[in-house]
Amino acid sequence: MDTVKTRLATVWMGGCSGCHMSFLDLDETLLELAAKVELCYSPIADAKEFPEVDVTLVEGCLANREHLAEIRHIRARTKILIAFGDCAITGNITAIRNSVPLGVVLSTAYGDPRFGQTQGVLPVLLDEAMPLHEAVKVDYYLPGCPPSAEKILDLVGSLLAGEPVNGSKRFG
Amino acid sequence: MSTRITIQPVTRIEGHAKVTLHVDEDGAINGAQFHVIEFRGFEKIALGRPFTEMPGLMARICGICPISHIIASSKAGDMLLGVRTPRAAVLQRRLLTDAQILQSHALSFFHLSSPDLLLGFDAPPSKRNLFGVAETDVEFARAGIRLRQLGQRIIEGVTGKRVHPNWGIPGGVLGAVPGELRDEVLARLPESYAAMDDALGRAKRWADQYAPEIEGMGNFPSLHAGLVGADGAPDYYDGKLRLVDGDGNVVAPGLDPRRYFEYLEERAEPWSYMKFPFYKPLGYPNGMYRVGPLSRLNVATCMGTERADREFVELRQRGGGAVNASFHYHLARLVEMVGALERMERLFADPELLSADVRSRAMLNEEEGIGSCEAPRGVLFHHYKVDGNGLVTSANLLIATAQNNLAINRTVEQAARRFVKPDALQEGMLNRVEAAIRCYDPCLSCSTHALGQMPLVLELVGPDGTVRDRLQRE
Ligand code: SF4
Repeated sequence: MDTVKTRLATVWMGGCSGCHMSFLDLDETLLELAAKVELCYSPIADAKEFPEVDVTLVEGCLANREHLAEIRHIRARTKILIAFGDCAITGNITAIRNSVPLGVVLSTAYGDPRFGQTQGVLPVLLDEAMPLHEAVKVDYYLPGCPPSAEKILDLVGSLLAGEPVNGSKRFG
Repeated sequence: MSTRITIQPVTRIEGHAKVTLHVDEDGAINGAQFHVIEFRGFEKIALGRPFTEMPGLMARICGICPISHIIASSKAGDMLLGVRTPRAAVLQRRLLTDAQILQSHALSFFHLSSPDLLLGFDAPPSKRNLFGVAETDVEFARAGIRLRQLGQRIIEGVTGKRVHPNWGIPGGVLGAVPGELRDEVLARLPESYAAMDDALGRAKRWADQYAPEIEGMGNFPSLHAGLVGADGAPDYYDGKLRLVDGDGNVVAPGLDPRRYFEYLEERAEPWSYMKFPFYKPLGYPNGMYRVGPLSRLNVATCMGTERADREFVELRQRGGGAVNASFHYHLARLVEMVGALERMERLFADPELLSADVRSRAMLNEEEGIGSCEAPRGVLFHHYKVDGNGLVTSANLLIATAQNNLAINRTVEQAARRFVKPDALQEGMLNRVEAAIRCYDPCLSCSTHALGQMPLVLELVGPDGTVRDRLQRE
């Protein structure tokens, strides 16, 4: 029997990779998941262009202009978009810098308030890092820093089974 | 006229980067840059916060090696308090250091790099991932998953959480190691040693098979740096910093990590958010040094445990005075995993590991605290200054991966010259450049911060900056 696999993507934006590590903490369940899911795009895979997918887990918040363009592109190509972890949901750690002007943050790190912002090589930082839902529609929120592997499986598992989802559809 | 090739994003590394290759009029590669395009600004967001918050905050620098950041941060806190940390807390910190080496190196070797090694650098991109590995050899994939799981499970068993636990604090740690964990881990060891034997056997065959890659992926002499103990073995928790040169000659036998600022310095370049540390006496950029598994084994004279020592001797024979081919980071990682398993076995045999005397209490006694340890990717420094209320007034972080920045750039250039033919570009050529970067297992979320993913694009850019031609990889 050849079942149609659910097309899954995982994306890493302004986060620490901890949410992705929690996904890998599914351990051997990953091998079972591979029977039902096709991982089409992820930092742990080599696809370079974001394809059309059923479900996308997005770790991290939007911290620079490339993130902003990318999340819109992803939203247009994904059926169910999940804000994966507290950074994606609230900005969390990445957004702590919002309390001071960007120039001051850059000065502290590099001694230059416009470091990297003018050469066209590095992505230009947003003045304030922001959660996903400020830019695009989010279908589910999966909280935690990071969300535990069990919670990830709970949500992804329900989506795969077409069952009602035991997760939050709203923010807060 | 010069043109340029861009690789973006670099995949199967921990973080976001792109690579620019410069092509001269004759179509030859004449330069390369590795750009880290992430930034989060931890040096700033730490300011004004109590130093007691630092371990919890700094853990969030990186989800792969949070334990290292917690430990470096806690050790800086120990210094601020001016206390001697109880032995049981030190044992616990050592245990989790080893557990993290195990899980992080397993991730690098099995999940991220083995697709290239097992399936080949020219395998279809859609197969080059852990699931592609599982399709080819499910037991090998499972072994990698289980080794990583054991490391994560030990971290969870001690702290209650696998990623970003509330655990380390200035003066010690928060709780005792539960006795059941010892039995659980000891029962898993035979399987784990067997899995390591299998992985080492394969890795040695690959090390013989991939001769061009060994030659062309970062094979050059450089300084190597790592923390070593009095016995000459790597001391991941509390060693002195030793540097050797590319011939294995000792350049500095044992520097005090708390005085790192006297001999290490950083430069910033406007094309990367990751800075470029160098060894001051040799200047910039000649003071390039490498850190991490291979460098630790190059500065050490032994591993201090039986199985790892055997592998250590064998690995060192792959170089003269020092092993300079970065491809051998893979093998070095496996040797370190074996050492971590053996040290954990030893630690669990020490009854004091389970002691509940894990915290020394004191008020703030110092204005400046520096903590260091070996993170999976190399030596790590946290340096804080605080005011009279214990609020942080300055924070400097010298991250492992950043210390490989100069070497990674050099490696990218070497790999590009060796493998990339700009006039007949193939995907596998660019994957070799990425694979050269993967040797270092760079953790860029640590170094700064993350960026969204863009397609890999080859752009031919004219001298006026206009795009002449564009080629996209699927
Ligand atoms: S939510 Fe926590 S674990 Fe996830 S990316 Fe943010 S800081 Fe890291």
